[in-house]
Amino acid sequence: MLRWVAARLALLGLMLGGLVVITFVVSNITPSDPAALAAGPDATRDMIETVRREYGLDRPLPEQFLRYVTDLAQFRMGRAVQTGNQVSDDLARYFPATMELVLLATLLSVLLGVPLGILGAVRRNRALDHAIRILAVSGVALPAFWAALLLQLVFAVHLGWLPTSGQLSVATAPPMPISGMILLDALIAGELGVFREAWSYAVLPAFVLALPSIAAIVRVCRAEMIEVLGADHVTAARAHGVSGGRVVFWLALKNAMLPTLAMIGLRLGWTLGSSFLVETVFDWPGIGLYAVSSAIASDFKPVMGVTLCIGVTFMLSNLLIDLAYGWLDPRTRSA
Amino acid sequence: MSSSLYEARMRRLRFVVWTFRGSASGLLGLALVAAFLLLAAFGPMIAPYPADATGAMHLAQRLQPPSAAHWFGTDEMGCDILSRVVIGTRTSLWVGLVITAVASLIGVPLGIAAGYLGGAPRAVIMRVTDVFLSVPGLVLALAIVSALGPGVMHGVVALSLVWWPGYVRLIEAKALTLRSEPYVEAARTMGAGHAWVLVRHILPNCVSPLIVKASMDMGLAILAVASLGFIGLGARPPAPEWGAMVSVARSYMPDWWWYSFFPGLFIFLTVLGFNLFGDGLRDMLDPRSARS
Repeated sequence: MLRWVAARLALLGLMLGGLVVITFVVSNITPSDPAALAAGPDATRDMIETVRREYGLDRPLPEQFLRYVTDLAQFRMGRAVQTGNQVSDDLARYFPATMELVLLATLLSVLLGVPLGILGAVRRNRALDHAIRILAVSGVALPAFWAALLLQLVFAVHLGWLPTSGQLSVATAPPMPISGMILLDALIAGELGVFREAWSYAVLPAFVLALPSIAAIVRVCRAEMIEVLGADHVTAARAHGVSGGRVVFWLALKNAMLPTLAMIGLRLGWTLGSSFLVETVFDWPGIGLYAVSSAIASDFKPVMGVTLCIGVTFMLSNLLIDLAYGWLDPRTRSA
Repeated sequence: MSSSLYEARMRRLRFVVWTFRGSASGLLGLALVAAFLLLAAFGPMIAPYPADATGAMHLAQRLQPPSAAHWFGTDEMGCDILSRVVIGTRTSLWVGLVITAVASLIGVPLGIAAGYLGGAPRAVIMRVTDVFLSVPGLVLALAIVSALGPGVMHGVVALSLVWWPGYVRLIEAKALTLRSEPYVEAARTMGAGHAWVLVRHILPNCVSPLIVKASMDMGLAILAVASLGFIGLGARPPAPEWGAMVSVARSYMPDWWWYSFFPGLFIFLTVLGFNLFGDGLRDMLDPRSARS
């Protein structure tokens, strides 16, 4: 087990190295002169050359790469034009909001996806099952930004049940930042009113973000449940008079959970990757919105920072899932 | 070709058609895909006001709700939204096709090399693939577009560059199992060269999973391009691209809902069509992995 963990960690190191190389290559494919960009639109030729020397952009590429790596090791990713802050400071500030949204979306996708998957399997080929399957296929095909706009229209504008966008109303004082996630911090501080308000802001974006994951989890859970419900030991249990509910929840669900867990882990990365669309529609102050607004202002240092940040989070979550999986199912360790 | 082989093929073809006919969702997918292909081919002829897709202005009739003259309403320039959406079909299908084609042209050779050769080439190819898969594709595409600058072509380049690793994974796994199939080993012992084995045995057996994945990916690639268009890094607004249309329409949102509703609906239906079609294809081409 220990050797397997060590091998996994070594692999993580390799992947991190690869990610750094990719971001370096991407930063160097800009068709425009990076020194001219950094110097600003009104810079003279001399000023551009000064900037080029100052940033080391006149050095050979391997040397620039070495400098890039040492900078990264000290969390130096340059300055963002829009905010005027260090990119790393901005990332630290915006990252918790994105994580809050992603975790909430994952929670929602499990809470909605697993029961729907079970229902579909139990009521197989009945009207309810067909409805659930249509929902599952549509969830993948729905453009997140469009679904977000429509849900805003219905729940915020027409029904007036939920606020349109943002994280909290301007009038409400956010709770003491501990984790940086408003929902969690409000709970820690015991401010239930703030929690309720933050929840009303977060539920719509989290739901939109969860839609494709709900669809994926429903599919896996339903397929697994159908397979397990048809297995011999389940039939035997039924023949021995074990009640329907116990068969479904005790025997079948336990066996169907492992592939479902794998899917949940897989979806976490995708949720993280598509959060920028939802953040854009809901003005959610996370790293996705930060990346998009920087990209539009053609300021790509923050975008690279966000790419690295999401890549690292994705890798770490995959590592955790791998470890959990290897612990639960020793057969997977050899891989 | 012997007549019995021909008969066997015909029987298989009939079986395939029969399976597909039995799948309602597969047929719905086929219908949607066919409809959008027709729109892409004949869009400018079908659209009621084709000039509206190329920057016409009718300020007297701006932002009108859906009516008999304008089924999907008009936008802030007074252009017919139906015409713009219909003509935009060609752009979306075209970019989806290019991305899927480029991704498979990069991914399939790499996957076959990795799976068939094994050893050091496999280790290198799969590690590089894993690194690319370690960042969500859409995020990497966003990074590449922000370095290249906005535009549909840059979006297509970026998405093609991040889309191939899935194909390497798929084909590598397939080629790896095929390599040790008895008939492949038999061909090798009888003196068949690598090229012969690849062309006669490995590639034909990779075609079915490839078609299924490509069909699913057409939809997902169209969605990805529309997403880039929506955040303002894809097509530039006057161009009739669905994502960019929703992006502009967003600022007219609560009162002029039809402006963003119809372009978004077209994205949804296209992606849904390709997904259902791909699902149906999988059920018939690969019955073992078909859902119960």
